[in-house]
Amino acid sequence: MPLRIERQEHISGLRLTLVPLIAIAFTIIVGTVMFVALGHDPIRAFGIYFIEPLTDTWTLQELVVKACPLMLIGTGLAFCYRANRWNIGAEGQYVAGAVLGSWLALATHGTDAGPWVLPAMLALGVIGGALWGLIPAFLRVRFGASEILTSLMLVYVAQLGLDYLVRGPWRDPQGFNFPQSVTFDDVALMPLLLGEGRLHGGILIALVVIAAATFVLGRTLVGYSIELAGSAPRAAAFAGFDERRVTYGVFAVSGGLAGLAGMIEVTGTIGQMQPSISPGYGFTAIIAAMLGRLHPVLILVSSLVLALTYIGGEAAQITMRLPFDVTRVFQGTLLIAILAADVLVRYRVRRVEEVGHA
Amino acid sequence: MLDAAILGAVLASIVAAATTLLLASLGELVAERAGTLNLGVEGMMVVGAAVGYATAYGTGSLILGAIAAVLAGVMLSLVFAVLAVWLATNQVASGLATTILGLGIAGLIGSPFVGTRLDGAPELRIAGLTDLPVIGEMLFGQDAFVYLSLLLLAGVAYGLSRTRAGLVLRAVGENPVAAHALGHPVRGIRTLAVMFGGACAGLAGAHLSLAYTPFWASDMTAGRGWIALALVVFSAWKPLWLLAGAYLFGAVSILQLHVQGFGLGVPSQLLSALPYIATVVALVAISALKRGQGAPAGLGVPFVPDR
Repeated sequence: MPLRIERQEHISGLRLTLVPLIAIAFTIIVGTVMFVALGHDPIRAFGIYFIEPLTDTWTLQELVVKACPLMLIGTGLAFCYRANRWNIGAEGQYVAGAVLGSWLALATHGTDAGPWVLPAMLALGVIGGALWGLIPAFLRVRFGASEILTSLMLVYVAQLGLDYLVRGPWRDPQGFNFPQSVTFDDVALMPLLLGEGRLHGGILIALVVIAAATFVLGRTLVGYSIELAGSAPRAAAFAGFDERRVTYGVFAVSGGLAGLAGMIEVTGTIGQMQPSISPGYGFTAIIAAMLGRLHPVLILVSSLVLALTYIGGEAAQITMRLPFDVTRVFQGTLLIAILAADVLVRYRVRRVEEVGHA
Repeated sequence: MLDAAILGAVLASIVAAATTLLLASLGELVAERAGTLNLGVEGMMVVGAAVGYATAYGTGSLILGAIAAVLAGVMLSLVFAVLAVWLATNQVASGLATTILGLGIAGLIGSPFVGTRLDGAPELRIAGLTDLPVIGEMLFGQDAFVYLSLLLLAGVAYGLSRTRAGLVLRAVGENPVAAHALGHPVRGIRTLAVMFGGACAGLAGAHLSLAYTPFWASDMTAGRGWIALALVVFSAWKPLWLLAGAYLFGAVSILQLHVQGFGLGVPSQLLSALPYIATVVALVAISALKRGQGAPAGLGVPFVPDR
């Protein structure tokens, strides 16, 4: 009896909301196989990975701290991906923003600069990230170079640039030769929200950004032109939307938000510049954007899920001596599962009667 | 100052560096000519490097290591093929997922081997010829991967342009609808092309961890898979241009190391960034000159047969 896969044109909202759930279920199955293969009791491993971090207030704060850059970057990437522009270099834009903003912190270090320093740093973070993001946009618009590859190559360039700064001109002279800058002054640090723990004001900024992005993408002509440029570029051109402006716009937004995320991370949790300021947030945010179906509010939720893989990974590293790569396997599997589930809910398998071919 | 022996050694190391890129980009070129853009090269390469190293370390056989690396690359490429070819998902996202998963799996497999070393693949010395000045070491003192990469290049160049199978593969990449109408199994052919890409990427990884730098380090591919992808664009999807591109990039990556060694006062990070900057410049130059000419017309577009 031949089976046939049919595409369904009209899918209920309920079926679409199933996608992330199916994806997470699939990831749990793969994770079980992986833990067994690594010789660990999967129930205990999942407990340490995904349940224990949710049981005390300190790790819950950590969860939000780690989700904060993911939701900012992921929201920016939603602009790009909706327009079918493939910025995969958010990690570099994150670094570029943090570098430009930190310059101000170091330039005002030890002076009696007022409380304007932090807002100015955040603004510079946005500008730095946006400028770094506009490079691949320019190369695409002007020369037709693939933004996928150029944006990714610029990640390596940005990371090496940061490495040069913290080992060279920015190195703390009293830092025992460690490759790190001086600790920022108080006016250059993000205030903490609670007495204990590391939850900082950056999350409030992220929430405002998500609200604004939800409005822009869902309720404005700009959001519509982005959507149309991605789904029907010819129609967008006939409607008079300038394709180049969309490219510049979405790269500026996603680069700017990645830069803001980098600056918030440095001022909120690190407090100085060092050779590595991200455990791959710029790449994980791609998954956050996908898992969140390119919708800012859902990205907020998916960022928390992905942040859990970071926290769980750290816990498993300590208590089970599992390498941190387990986290990357989880993240990769999750993305694969989302992509597959997204297709599978749109199709249904039907039995078809044998039809004689003439 | 540069005597013949040093020059010979530099040339030989350029060949070694270029071979990794050539192997990986050759496989990707075939996949792209069939219409599939697989951004998973970096992931397949790093899995090849890890599996190849683990196998060679465990069995003591470099050949078994290389074979295992190829198989590992193929396995991971099948993940991409199921997504992008059979489920017709977005190829960019599927390739990224393949790379993220590959980096994770490779890290898991490689973690027990951090800090160990292997005796790398021996050079296949040809009596007498290797001792020729300057070019002797470069042409006749290389390991088996180098000669294999050149053989593969010749095979791909010939196969794509001169055989029926190559013609069908190109037809699938240029116009999958027409190829399907002619009765060619478009998705099957694309799957085979993706698997070939995976095999080549795995072999490239094995070259890295078994011959070029015979140890395992997490993320040891350091973006070479992405540079290989750029090289395919740079070559305008032509195998012989790929050879030129791979050797040019091999030269950039080796020469910047030597310049770092001389200590000319240039920050080492700037020199380390050169291969990546050169990739961007090359992409821009080729895009400006050709405006996408040479790219298979069906590249990156999922094919779903109507029945």
